[in-house]
Amino acid sequence: MAPVSPERTSLARAAEAELAAEQARLPAVPDRTPERRRADLPAIEPERTIDDWGRSEWMESLMDRGLLDFFYHYWFRVEVEGIENVPSDGGALLVSNHAGALPPDAAMISKAIREEHPNPRPLYLTVEHFFKGYPGFSMLIPKLGGVAAHPANVHRLLYDEEQLVLVFPEGRKGSEKLYRDRYRLRRFGRGGFVEAAIRAEAKLVPLCVVGAEEAMPTFAQIDVLRRLTGLIYFPITPTFPWLGPLGMLGYLPAKFKIRFLEPIDTSELGPDAAEDKALVQILAQETRARIQENLHEMLARRRSVWRG
Amino acid sequence: MRVEGDDESEALAQRAAPPDEGTRRVLVTGLSTYWGGRLAEALEGFEHVEAIIGVDREAPTRELERTEFVKVSNQHSLIQRIVRAAEIDTVIDTRLVVSSLTAPPRLAHENNVIGTLNILAACTGPDSPVRKFIFKSSGHCYGAEQDDPAFFTEEMGRPHPPRTALERDILEAEASVTEFAEKTPAVDVTILRCANVLGPDVDTAFTRMFALPAVPMVLGFDPRIQFVHEDDVVHALEHAAFHRVPGTYNVAGDGVLALSEAIGLLAKPPLPLLPPWGTGLLLAPLKRLGLRMPDEMLGLLRFGRGLDNRRLKETGFHYAFTTREAVLRLAEHFRLVPVMRGGEQAYTYEREVEEFLRWSPHVRRDQPGDRGGASTDREPTPI
Repeated sequence: MAPVSPERTSLARAAEAELAAEQARLPAVPDRTPERRRADLPAIEPERTIDDWGRSEWMESLMDRGLLDFFYHYWFRVEVEGIENVPSDGGALLVSNHAGALPPDAAMISKAIREEHPNPRPLYLTVEHFFKGYPGFSMLIPKLGGVAAHPANVHRLLYDEEQLVLVFPEGRKGSEKLYRDRYRLRRFGRGGFVEAAIRAEAKLVPLCVVGAEEAMPTFAQIDVLRRLTGLIYFPITPTFPWLGPLGMLGYLPAKFKIRFLEPIDTSELGPDAAEDKALVQILAQETRARIQENLHEMLARRRSVWRG
Repeated sequence: MRVEGDDESEALAQRAAPPDEGTRRVLVTGLSTYWGGRLAEALEGFEHVEAIIGVDREAPTRELERTEFVKVSNQHSLIQRIVRAAEIDTVIDTRLVVSSLTAPPRLAHENNVIGTLNILAACTGPDSPVRKFIFKSSGHCYGAEQDDPAFFTEEMGRPHPPRTALERDILEAEASVTEFAEKTPAVDVTILRCANVLGPDVDTAFTRMFALPAVPMVLGFDPRIQFVHEDDVVHALEHAAFHRVPGTYNVAGDGVLALSEAIGLLAKPPLPLLPPWGTGLLLAPLKRLGLRMPDEMLGLLRFGRGLDNRRLKETGFHYAFTTREAVLRLAEHFRLVPVMRGGEQAYTYEREVEEFLRWSPHVRRDQPGDRGGASTDREPTPI
């Protein structure tokens, strides 16, 4: 631990402040430039293994070695296209289609960036507020990089911390949809993700995942059991609930393909454009259309669900 | 996140809030609370502060050198007379009850809501000499809920209605301070919302919880929590006193820890025994056994809370401790407790002795440090 140096207290500041004494009765003008806001972020403490969002290096590497390596390389045999579309620096919002009762897509996307990208940056995943309130999930999800999908959280990550953030605009509507609706994109919310990207002047990177729908097909949703367990949905899959909670990990070995699309740069629009509802809707529609189009193209080329 | 360089921080200091030379006659309310005592002690070290007057309904708990204590309850007419007579320019209100452990609900309400109204009333009026009002508030005004943002900024306010009486009272007190600020633009009003405070001397719900041999947790939850060291709170109050920083500011150390991480730093075992469902039900019988967990902690133990502390930093304030360092300091203190036990004598206020020391012509005042513990070893800082 660093000793308390007098420079770090307000007292020592007072002497320096003599210079500025003339302006004593001027109203305080707080400095809110982005550079200053970023400089004032908490400095990294190297001794810590958990970051301010609750992400745990230890837990992540444990998951990585224990499960993700196996799933990524041998089970799903993930193939990645267009990794160069993920920027090496600056904030970027990755927008993806979503599927699977316990969706494997998020973990595979973040693993793909760790494995393939020249600058393997951590990826923060936005999750529903539900997870913060459910015992167990509440402990685990933040440790693995999950952050509640609050606009203020996304803004801080994208704008102030300049991180990569993954969002599933379909939300739970994507992961609860049944097998017969596979690869049909649901509504993209109210375009909140576009607003967040514009406000943070971040790039939007659409991406498509093929394989997650077949890895864990959902045949039915049981509303009564959903209410009894307090979960957000209660799916019937090939292994769940038959094998108990572990059945949630019973993925079928579908071949995964992840394609990162050309980014949309929102920095030229200026942060005020976030108020422009029409523009936000247009960008959201465009993103959705590009993902859907690419999904169709990838599906048309796919010869086998299992071998790709 | 970035590591701040030295050149950079120098450049930043120049853009800080302008200093305020006009703070010379200070009234500290709640002098007998921990914060009132600490603050008065700190203010005594500034030579240009001519008068420090403390009011409270109980006797001070700290030995003070030149602070004058006036025993008075929250009656605004009396406080107003003191303010006018002493030409107080700065009122620092440290009296807010922020833990339901320290006062019964009715007393807390009386103190937080009615007391604040009275203090504010004492500072109002066309001929009031007061030009600065500093109010110590609490991060509890944000609450702790499932759909909270990970970092509260000052303008976010509270997304949900208050859950406990204490939180309601704190919100109400803050609302009346804000109203006062709007009505009297000539007065600089600063509200400091402090995160949960840790430190060897201060007594908070968290220091009590961390002092247990094993730290209770809610099963299945590992909330993100943030602390601020007691010294940083005192420094923040000082900073507000000697700079022009009107507005609301969060006071919280850098870094948000997972509760398990904090418990690890304390080298204590976690005890995830509180059930996720029906936590309140279990706590009711425990309360009878003397194990009290304040209501406002229940949300924190589940969902936690993080505060964005950058606005105060923008005004040139520097924290001496990060959240992690505050926890480590507390851990060091806990290790020393069994060794130091019974070593120090508690201070009791004796009116006659204090008056003799302050006013008798026989007391030599030119020698610093003649009063033992109360003398400040700190350099008086010119402004």
